[in-house]
Amino acid sequence: MSATAFTYETSRGFFPGHRACAGCGQSAAVRIVMEMVGPRCVVVNATGCLEVFSTPHPESAWGVPWIHSLFENAPAVASGVEAALKQQGKLDDVRVVAFGGDGATLDIGFGALSGMFERNHDVAYFCMDNEAYMNTGVQRSGSTPFAASTTTSPAGRESFGEDRPKKDLPAIAAAHGIPYVATASMSYFADLRRKAKKALSVRGPKYVQVHVPCPPGWGYDEKMTVDMGKLAVECGLYPIVEWENGEVVRVRKIKKIPVEDYLKPQGRFRHLFRTEQGKAQIPKIQELADANIRKYGLVD
Amino acid sequence: MRKMIEGSRAVAEVVGLCRPEVISAYPITPQTHIVEELSQLVADGDIDAEYVRVESEHSAASVCLGGVAAGSRSYSATTSQGLMLMAEVLYNIAGMRLPLVITGVNRALSAPLSIWNDHQDTLALRDSGWLQLYAENNQEALDMHVQAYKISEDDRVLLPILVCMDGFILTHTYETVDVPTQEEVDAFLPPYRPLYRLDPDDPYTLGAFAGPEMYHEIRYEIQRDALAAKAVVKEVARDFQAAFGRWMGDVVEAYQCDDAETIYVAMGSVIGTMKEWVDARRAQGEKAGVLKLRCFRPFPAEELRQALAGAKRVVVLEKALSVGGYGILAAEIRAALYGQPNTPPVHCAAIGLGGRDVTFDTLDETEKRAAAGEMDFFAGLRTELLEAS
Repeated sequence: MSATAFTYETSRGFFPGHRACAGCGQSAAVRIVMEMVGPRCVVVNATGCLEVFSTPHPESAWGVPWIHSLFENAPAVASGVEAALKQQGKLDDVRVVAFGGDGATLDIGFGALSGMFERNHDVAYFCMDNEAYMNTGVQRSGSTPFAASTTTSPAGRESFGEDRPKKDLPAIAAAHGIPYVATASMSYFADLRRKAKKALSVRGPKYVQVHVPCPPGWGYDEKMTVDMGKLAVECGLYPIVEWENGEVVRVRKIKKIPVEDYLKPQGRFRHLFRTEQGKAQIPKIQELADANIRKYGLVD
Repeated sequence: MRKMIEGSRAVAEVVGLCRPEVISAYPITPQTHIVEELSQLVADGDIDAEYVRVESEHSAASVCLGGVAAGSRSYSATTSQGLMLMAEVLYNIAGMRLPLVITGVNRALSAPLSIWNDHQDTLALRDSGWLQLYAENNQEALDMHVQAYKISEDDRVLLPILVCMDGFILTHTYETVDVPTQEEVDAFLPPYRPLYRLDPDDPYTLGAFAGPEMYHEIRYEIQRDALAAKAVVKEVARDFQAAFGRWMGDVVEAYQCDDAETIYVAMGSVIGTMKEWVDARRAQGEKAGVLKLRCFRPFPAEELRQALAGAKRVVVLEKALSVGGYGILAAEIRAALYGQPNTPPVHCAAIGLGGRDVTFDTLDETEKRAAAGEMDFFAGLRTELLEAS
């Protein structure tokens, strides 16, 4: 049995000095979320980049109680932690927070997440959405956007990359009727802070999906992380929306820039600008953004 | 108090007496009566626990993992395909050294689909780090749950335990059992006091990954402690006898073995049939004995060597086998006896797969075929059903 202890005072929940890549969007987002969560919490972490770069035994970046079990069971482990704390009479004092990547959340742990929602566990689940299986080398997930090239949906002579749009998990979460669902981006710090705080203030299941750009996975210059997140939002491809009890209550208005401005700096979309077949996909991507703009009224 | 109740009811009542704070399960035949009874006990306020009704066995095991890690004694029950679905989590629970008790109702594995009894499911988890106890009857199943929590939570052990009981044969059979009182169980089983738990006042990182420079040693510790747990299993059986006056063996139980020339080895409810059959064989002048393996993990190799040393022949009756290999028990017993002086031949009979009844006729057949020198065979096979190979 081995365990590593740090205090909240030295770490503020999530300590720097971990092994994330330069320019990692996820590590910045987790730091913001943890500053809002505070010291009275238990963190449950699915297998993935965050788990791996923050806890190579015997090191740990966590100054709060933290547990990792498996890839697909973070929602169920969080359910068990919550049930135990409830039975111990501690749930008024201690918040249960879970982190999972998009693969853990949209794909392999989807059933467990739905179970956690419908059983009404008091857990704030944060999905760190970098749109592929980055920890294993940029394989396609259910969250990979249309036309992105990944190592398992590669662009090729007869392929323009991923041929399906992202799974819309925020809408699926909202359809469970849970009290709070939100999308956010690590590039809008104040908005993410507010949503983390809001999620922590509501009792019951909460789902916050945070867009976190990934320099090696997306293929852009690592100093551009915040810019990449903003471009995704401002073109309409990543709508920033809040739901309460299944209803949309707030959206972030956008400038509506062309999707090319977001696609061009990224290696995963490079092929779209090099072939006729690739170029033919760009209007389809623009239509996905336009559909989001219409659906959520992103432009006044 | 002595009561005539179903095996599942007996398990549910004793689990309640162990005061779990988190219970989580997913229904699967023939585990269902246990979790239905537990649900009712919680619904009636007889058990003060959070009952988490999950969407799969994978999540049931994961909820228990989270519950124990947060410091609450937890419980689940499953069988067969459910145990297979839990398998990934079960390895993880053992590796994280979280004490937990799960009732492993024994049922065959698909395909073909079969809801009936054998031991293929729990034996498939033999390498997981879970300790495994097998019950002969409902009283033993009941008693084993109390013992299992005490063993699992012992600081020298900190490994989870599967309490294995035969599906339908035990779970759905009414027997008279002595159900202890809450005071008696409380006196024997103190509240769970974890060394480490998820506590904001004393934060720990649980479940960090280990590179090649650490993993080897962590697995060594699990193996070391699993082997050493045998002494704790024995100690707890003795303590239980002192407290409750019942003894059904510790890691093994020998029946009529002292002068036995042929010793029949098995686990679970078939032991009852075998004991009666051995009595009948002795009435015919055959010096036969039964060795019950009560604790399969840790594997009691020394006790088996001692118990089998004087026999002229050992016949292992297996409700499972490693397909393409050998009977699982027989292979391990052969390994345990290897290199010993005067090692008896160890025969292996696959019996009772998928709920096929094991009768005196089956046992007569194993006796004859082993005596004729057959080493590995299926007993009770309906050869008229076999397709040409």
